[in-house]
Amino acid sequence: MIRPRVDEHVRLDDRVMAAVLVVARDVAMVRPSERSTVTVSMATGAALEQPHPIMDTRTLSTTYCTFMSEDGQKPILAAPGGFLSRSRTVAPPNWSRWLVPPAALSVHLAIGQAYAWSVFKPPLESALHVSGTGSALPFQLGIVMLGLSAAFGGPMVERNGPRWAMFVSMICFSSGFLLAALGVSTSQYWLVVFGYGFVGGIGLGIGYISPVSTLMKWFPDRPGMATGIAIMGFGGGALIASPWSTQMLGTFGTDTGGIATTFLVHGLVYAVFMSMGVLLVRVPPVGWVPRGWVPAKAAARALITTANVSARNAIRTPQFWCLWVVLCFNVTAGIGILEKAAPMIRDFFANTATPVSVGAAAGFVALLSLANMTGRIVWSSTSDLIGRKNMYRVYLGVGALLYLTIALAGNAHNFVFILCAIGILSFYGGGFATAPAYLKDLFGTYQVGAIHGRLLTAWSTAGVLGPLIINAIADSQKAAGRTGPALYTTSLYIMIGLLVVGFLANELIRPVNPRFHEPQVAEMGPQETLLTRQGGS
Amino acid sequence: MADQGETARHIPLMILAWAWVVLPFGYGVYQLLLKLTQLFAG
Repeated sequence: MIRPRVDEHVRLDDRVMAAVLVVARDVAMVRPSERSTVTVSMATGAALEQPHPIMDTRTLSTTYCTFMSEDGQKPILAAPGGFLSRSRTVAPPNWSRWLVPPAALSVHLAIGQAYAWSVFKPPLESALHVSGTGSALPFQLGIVMLGLSAAFGGPMVERNGPRWAMFVSMICFSSGFLLAALGVSTSQYWLVVFGYGFVGGIGLGIGYISPVSTLMKWFPDRPGMATGIAIMGFGGGALIASPWSTQMLGTFGTDTGGIATTFLVHGLVYAVFMSMGVLLVRVPPVGWVPRGWVPAKAAARALITTANVSARNAIRTPQFWCLWVVLCFNVTAGIGILEKAAPMIRDFFANTATPVSVGAAAGFVALLSLANMTGRIVWSSTSDLIGRKNMYRVYLGVGALLYLTIALAGNAHNFVFILCAIGILSFYGGGFATAPAYLKDLFGTYQVGAIHGRLLTAWSTAGVLGPLIINAIADSQKAAGRTGPALYTTSLYIMIGLLVVGFLANELIRPVNPRFHEPQVAEMGPQETLLTRQGGS
Repeated sequence: MADQGETARHIPLMILAWAWVVLPFGYGVYQLLLKLTQLFAG
């Protein structure tokens, strides 16, 4: 237990009645050097120019500070900070939480454009004379930067709040396009790679995690659904960008001038589109909970905690690494099929009476994209009802059975193949979208965005692992003279093995040991506050 | 917080905010469905 010093007085403006509520761990977020300092005070009186004596103490369990009106209902004065600061985004009492998902979507739908980069590859290759490998560099660097900035920028996002994070994301992502436009117009390809890949990639990572903890604070009763909406948006971003970018290249042309103009328009349009999220996003006021929702009742369910674990402590727990394995192998299984979908279905049914045409294979890829996107919202929302652990049992267990069905059925029935692939891809999307809510259940909302950022390294790993397994084995089988389903059978059994390992890792997940929990401020009486550990999960 | 009366005050903003994201998303899904028809045509 830590006995805090009450050593900070805040000068208030001329508004009447304010309470300054700062929790120890929030002070730690603002000034890491003052980790053991807590100030919990209620000051009364108008036009306070001098430090005011402490009148009362309060318990608070949110991750920001605010100034409240006398009745404690209305935030009347933001803590020091500019328009982008967390304290300036505290929602007024009549704010609807249903305004927060569109704010999140405006960011995720924009940054999801990254998966439509392939549209720019052929024009760049012919206009700037770069190789296929070279034209993929901006995307690859962008994905690397997404992982790095999400993993390392998480604590900054938590500290500065969602508006700051969305603003940084907007600036980086849009600037990336503008730099790329400059690079193309001056035939400096390195600038395209640096702009879109490095600068834009930082925007991808910060943008991806920016709304996560805010959504879960607004929707503690339905965290799976809330994050499912946002993460579905990331998948939807490519659906918008792919035809839109194609049409724009058709309009402006595919020479350097046309590509540069297309990049310029992308940068400007995405800046405007994302600014809606920057302006609209709000964090809930201190102590806000949905009407009729009782945290203690929700926490009575297995694996749902009311305690909080910092990002630094989270990666020291076995639960984090079990979930890392779960996500990594679930994504590996899905991404393997997704990346190879078109050639895979054509190879599978090449020697049958019903071969699959190029056009039909493209339709199959579109169907899988739809399954991936729908799975994100449907399965993630379902996890609010049946629990996160059970949901991952379905993703991994049923996913393994679907892979087994494909392996055993071979090329006997194409509808069996298609149905199983739809199921696998919906579980792939669902696995992505349910992960933040699983983290919230295990580690609380305190730094869940930062923890999620670190978990995304599992995605990066799977992004390499999945295609590597499928492609390497298919190539070796082809070299051995095999055709049809035999090209993929070994890969399918490897995927089944990975899913089983993931299933076992999920079974090992238990509530986090209380020694990792953050201290909680408990009310002790006027002018004295005690920090204690929070209760069990 | 967001009871019916309070939500009603935000209806225009709510419509604008959701339209802002749903319209482009709908465009993307429409384009996807056009591609999807090729699966059954092939």
